[in-house]
Amino acid sequence: MSGESGEAIFIEGGRVLDPRGGIDGIRTLVIRDGRVAEVAERVERPRDARTVDARGKWVTPGFIDLHSHLREPGQEYKETVASGARAALAGGFTAVCAMPNTVPPCDNASVAELVLERARAAGLARVHPVGCISKGLKGEELAEYGELKASGCVAVSDDGRPVMSPALMRRALEYARAFDLPVAVHEEDLSLAGKWAMHEGPAATRLGLRGMPSQAEEVMVRRDIALAELTGGRLHVQHVSAEGSVRAIREARKRGVRVTAEVTPHHLALGDEDVARSGYDTDFKMCPPLRGETDVRAVREGLADGTLDAIATDHAPHSLVEKAVEFDQALNGVVGLETAFGVCLDLCRRGILSERRLIEALTAAPAGVFGLPGGGLEKGAPADVAILDPGMEWTVEPDRFLSKGHNSPFKGRRLVGRCTHAFVGGRLVHEISRGGR
Amino acid sequence: MIGRHRHCIALEEYSREEILKVLDLATSMKEVMRRPLKKVPTLRGKSVVTLFFEASTRTRSSFETAAKILSADTLSWTSAISSVTKGETLVDTARNLEAMKPDVLVVRHASSGAPALVASRVACSVVNAGDGAHEHPTQGLLDAFTLRERLGGLEGKTIAIVGDISHSRVARSDLHCLPKLGARVRLCGPPTMIPVGVEKLGAEVQHDLREAVKGADAVMMLRIQHERIGDPLIPGTREYSKFWGLDARKASEWLAPHCVILHPGPINRGVELSPEVADGPRSVILDQVENGVAVRMAVLYLLAGGAGPQGPERAQA
Repeated sequence: MSGESGEAIFIEGGRVLDPRGGIDGIRTLVIRDGRVAEVAERVERPRDARTVDARGKWVTPGFIDLHSHLREPGQEYKETVASGARAALAGGFTAVCAMPNTVPPCDNASVAELVLERARAAGLARVHPVGCISKGLKGEELAEYGELKASGCVAVSDDGRPVMSPALMRRALEYARAFDLPVAVHEEDLSLAGKWAMHEGPAATRLGLRGMPSQAEEVMVRRDIALAELTGGRLHVQHVSAEGSVRAIREARKRGVRVTAEVTPHHLALGDEDVARSGYDTDFKMCPPLRGETDVRAVREGLADGTLDAIATDHAPHSLVEKAVEFDQALNGVVGLETAFGVCLDLCRRGILSERRLIEALTAAPAGVFGLPGGGLEKGAPADVAILDPGMEWTVEPDRFLSKGHNSPFKGRRLVGRCTHAFVGGRLVHEISRGGR
Repeated sequence: MIGRHRHCIALEEYSREEILKVLDLATSMKEVMRRPLKKVPTLRGKSVVTLFFEASTRTRSSFETAAKILSADTLSWTSAISSVTKGETLVDTARNLEAMKPDVLVVRHASSGAPALVASRVACSVVNAGDGAHEHPTQGLLDAFTLRERLGGLEGKTIAIVGDISHSRVARSDLHCLPKLGARVRLCGPPTMIPVGVEKLGAEVQHDLREAVKGADAVMMLRIQHERIGDPLIPGTREYSKFWGLDARKASEWLAPHCVILHPGPINRGVELSPEVADGPRSVILDQVENGVAVRMAVLYLLAGGAGPQGPERAQA
């Protein structure tokens, strides 16, 4: 599965889609010495050159996930850096940002270094650690952002938990400016949310499950926009699910507030009625919960018009033990790396999203949000490339996932669109076998 | 089987015909209950296990009485352990019980959806005896049975349900059952106790008790659970009973002369119902208890596949 670094690879006949470079057409992509050497309509190549036939496929920059839970250190039974990175590549993601809510959490250099070391040893997708906003994710004291940045963290986040103290949030946004780190936030007013199991709405009423209103997210988004305005900090809103949040972010950006946002494939594709249809299937339980119709419409529009910059998976593997329980007792979270493209491509077919915007939201946009390398096919850039078959039909079978987590709400679905090859630094690190993997 | 169903988990899934099938059979079951020798061999050799994760005396006794009149063997299993704390998971408990080869597993659990989870993992029939704030289908059936008996049918009747609708599985089962039999349902309570989007289930919502009970053929008063106070859904029981409780004066001034009063029990006397009303001539609360046994006999019979109370006794293996 590896290509020697000196050898050139010619990816031929595919539709090269590089939104940042403004490329969309049949081109040959040439990789040499692990870097993008050329993207051109006509390319001279030696007879015996190594080629990849990409006819009928899309050739794009490798996807970048701003939001994955790789669970290492501490919860290796759910996922490891290596298994998560393998799952990422299967989904076309050549880089993932690892959330810091590990055990212990990534609030210091040694955890960040461990994550990077495991990623290097695996030699698969690139892994960018994200550090904690607060020490121990406790929401009390700031973590050491300077040290976190120096050890490789690309952002800070207390993901999984909101920063409930507005005073701490203010200081986090301010202090992070010294290191130009985005502050990524999980927005949920815990008091308003209460002991919830799903979105508050007619479906929750029928199921007799306690609901969390969309406003539990919106009020926090509005608070943090105000604090970003106060501090000039870089606010990034994670997994936006509520109509009111989209509206607030859109208004704030118009005013010039430094705020970016992401949305997950499951919040784009599913709603609270899917929870009801599933019959209390805990693979439909995550935070924020699958929302109502107006919220789903709003996040789709927000993604299409760029209010929500990026698609991020919030890949959250859990073991069966944590999911095969009563709905209100089950842990929150679903896996998403391996299904993201197929799920989101459906939005293009339904006219909700252009193909260019979809690819941008998976490549250039997330790179821009956290200031990461990659996301484009500029000449000389490391060749992180995904080849996607937009017509490949497949059935989601969690038992065949490369992730250790099988908790997918898309299990059993027929999806159209799948990554067939992934290159990281010019090395072919994932290739789908005929008829599956 | 009850129509298409191997389980009795949610009346939401039941059709009018399936509900009527239970109610009609319950009429003959009630006749059996009133015999001097109240025992029929219908379910002899069958076993009914009650698996309760939540305290309940009346519902469990009702199921056990129903099973015993039909000659089924009963076993009761109580567990206070929730799955995330130490101990066995719900699925493990259910599988262990299943290994004892029951025909029907009656499950009560504080988590909505727990009986559905059990049903997905066992081969026997599952009856939901109340799950969280989801459903309590046999209560919905016994309410329908009682109302049908007292009002001579439900077509065109108006039933007011008053109290904490948000947390009430009884209200939900009634709401999925009564309209299918032709009744209109009005829900009444403070706005903090009315769940979002409940109108979509076909109910009319009213916050004023007087308006809610006006012209109603029956009023169902729900129990106010003390743990809800300070949730903070209501400021206290004193104000609640003043505005949403039913006492003798309100009952005589506001209710239609023929209007009957139901309550799923246990009653908080002096909160939602004053003692004079609970024990007064309009009250059908004890009928509900008796009918509960009849309805549960019908459900157990249909699911465990006996021969019928009047039918020939089939040889049991």
